[in-house]
Amino acid sequence: MESPVEIVQHTGGAIGYSWLMIALPLLGAAILLLGGRRTDRWGHLLGVAMSLGAFAVAVASFVQLLALNPGERRRGIELFEFIPGMADLGVLIDPLSISFALLITGVGSLIHIYSIGYMSHDHDRRRFFAYLNLFVAAMLLLVLSDNYLGLFVGWEGVGLASYLLIGFWQFKPSAATAAKKAFVINRVGDFGLLIGIFTIWTTFGSLAFRDLGADVATQASEGTLTAIGLLLLVGACGKSAQLPLQAWLLDAMEGPTPVSALIHAATMVTAGVYLVVRSGAFFEAAPTAQLVVTIVGVATLLAGAIIGCAKDDIKKGLAGSTMSQIGYMMLGAGLGPAGYAFAIGHLITHGFFKANMFLGAGSVMHAMNDEVDMRRYGALFPVMKVTAVTFVIGYLAIIGFPLLSGYYTKEGIIETAMHHNPVLGWLAVLGAGLTGFYMSRMVFMTFFGKKRWADDAHPHESPAVMTVPLIILSIGSIGLGAFLVLGNRFATFLAPAVGTPAEMPEPHVFGVGPAALATLALVAAGAAFAWMRYGAAEVPVTAPRGSFLTTFARRDLYGDALNESLFMRPGQWLTRLSVFFDNRGIDGLVNGLAAGIGGTSGRLRRVQTGYVRSYALSIFFGAAVVVGALLYVGNM
Amino acid sequence: MTTHYLVLSALLFAIGAVGVLLRRNAIVVFMCVELMLNACNLAFVTFARQHGNLDGQLIAFFVMVVAAAEVVIGLAIIVMIFRTRRSASVDDANLLKY
Repeated sequence: MESPVEIVQHTGGAIGYSWLMIALPLLGAAILLLGGRRTDRWGHLLGVAMSLGAFAVAVASFVQLLALNPGERRRGIELFEFIPGMADLGVLIDPLSISFALLITGVGSLIHIYSIGYMSHDHDRRRFFAYLNLFVAAMLLLVLSDNYLGLFVGWEGVGLASYLLIGFWQFKPSAATAAKKAFVINRVGDFGLLIGIFTIWTTFGSLAFRDLGADVATQASEGTLTAIGLLLLVGACGKSAQLPLQAWLLDAMEGPTPVSALIHAATMVTAGVYLVVRSGAFFEAAPTAQLVVTIVGVATLLAGAIIGCAKDDIKKGLAGSTMSQIGYMMLGAGLGPAGYAFAIGHLITHGFFKANMFLGAGSVMHAMNDEVDMRRYGALFPVMKVTAVTFVIGYLAIIGFPLLSGYYTKEGIIETAMHHNPVLGWLAVLGAGLTGFYMSRMVFMTFFGKKRWADDAHPHESPAVMTVPLIILSIGSIGLGAFLVLGNRFATFLAPAVGTPAEMPEPHVFGVGPAALATLALVAAGAAFAWMRYGAAEVPVTAPRGSFLTTFARRDLYGDALNESLFMRPGQWLTRLSVFFDNRGIDGLVNGLAAGIGGTSGRLRRVQTGYVRSYALSIFFGAAVVVGALLYVGNM
Repeated sequence: MTTHYLVLSALLFAIGAVGVLLRRNAIVVFMCVELMLNACNLAFVTFARQHGNLDGQLIAFFVMVVAAAEVVIGLAIIVMIFRTRRSASVDDANLLKY
């Protein structure tokens, strides 16, 4: 088992300019936001150009990185002093960060292009592209920063961009609420991450990744490392919508569909996985924290799958599936170096097939007057063939159809988990079976069966600007998994950044182990059951009441109810109590004092009667008192 | 020997004070003030005799001078009040109050 290699200072070449990846989209966002309506006509083109520019820089950096020896593939470049004595902002280009950068800029650019078509009727398209660029810039800062502080800035930038994009149609109260909800829940996670970063700083005196290598285990007690790991996991849970901070993701579907594809499937939600893998040194030294990561991953992958089974809203179904797939990645990330390559590999293939399906769902909605209820779809295959075929390819990839992308990466995670802990492994297999069911349900309800369209629906295929990205993404969904996993290509590439596992896995073109066969059998059973219920049988247009389990899943496993009763209501009570205390207690004291003084002086005022004789009387008494006092003192 | 003078002085002062406090006519009040001043003068002079020096007599002269000045100002005020309010009662001049 080998540790990650040292980070080497780098100058020159494309990597020397890799900061442009962050700067270009940021510049695009600045121009579009500051330029205002003047940039309306060409704003979307600028946004796409900036994103493509970042992609070009990423590819050039990647090519230069490949030309280096594996032992020298971690290149750091200094940019400027960020907080003197604490952290400098620099870019770290290594196999891990460049994989993310390629995914973000590549899939991001495709989604930018798709958005030109999808948002063509929206008069605020320029603002949309500005936010998309801002998001891409923040996400790239997150993955390219060479220290935790820069990562945190990007982390917050991503949170902001996602807030702006979820609430893009802010005139819809539901969208505004969803944006706020996402922001607030993310804040809980950010809080954990921030405390984790504080702990790292006080323990190790540095936030740079170069100082936090495999030797952290010797510099701190296991308790501290476990605490750091768990705090970072809280951050990861918030951003990656893992239990128990999952509630925002389903509501986040209120944003325009390209946002769901870009942020809530392909990139932003993967930030948590990135954080766990990047902080691998801490987790590997703290087995308890690692175990918690795997438990969170498995719990989320099952919860997401169960939610996905009951949703009639196509986007919410996909959101449940995103949760579930990120759960797989978390599981992989919690398994140490053996799982990292599969976790990141699954992340990349998932980025492709999930973006593919989300954009496909967007294409369907575009055709169906923004109808999202799958019970109003059906038999769309003949009218929108490109969308349907690409969607089905994404679908086959996600359920792990043999030889497609998802098969290799998900199978890798399941095998590694099985090797690590059979309970986790079998639960992951069960999750795969559920995936087979709910994804098949989605495909059958949308593209097959009988027409259940609304009366005014006239579905049509989307324009080329939307279908071409779908085709490109579906090609990734077919071949990427095999390309990455077979021959351990990706694991070897990633090893300098995350460390080499004790034993390299042995990928098969077609696995025949008990877990692989059980997975296939369960997926097939799930798909068959879905065909029985939603393909062959009539699908009612109004959702049947369903059993207790259906309600349970439809209500997102009562996640919202739980949050409401555990946090929202006590929080409201607390605020009401505070307001009451403030009004009655503090204000009461101050106002009472003032009123008391005012009232007393009002009464004292009455002494000034205006009658000379009463004044004279008081002078007389005063004089008498003085004389009395003098006599008393004199006699003493 | 001088006790009688002091008793007389105290009586005069008390009569003056009661007059100031009880009477409403400004002129009478004023006269009562004069009475109190002169009671004090009497006490001063008595003490001067008792102690065998001239300090008390000196102060009695000062009091007379001040009293003369006070009469001038005071009477002028009373006349002005009478002219504006058609009354010499001190209770009618009660505008300066809460």
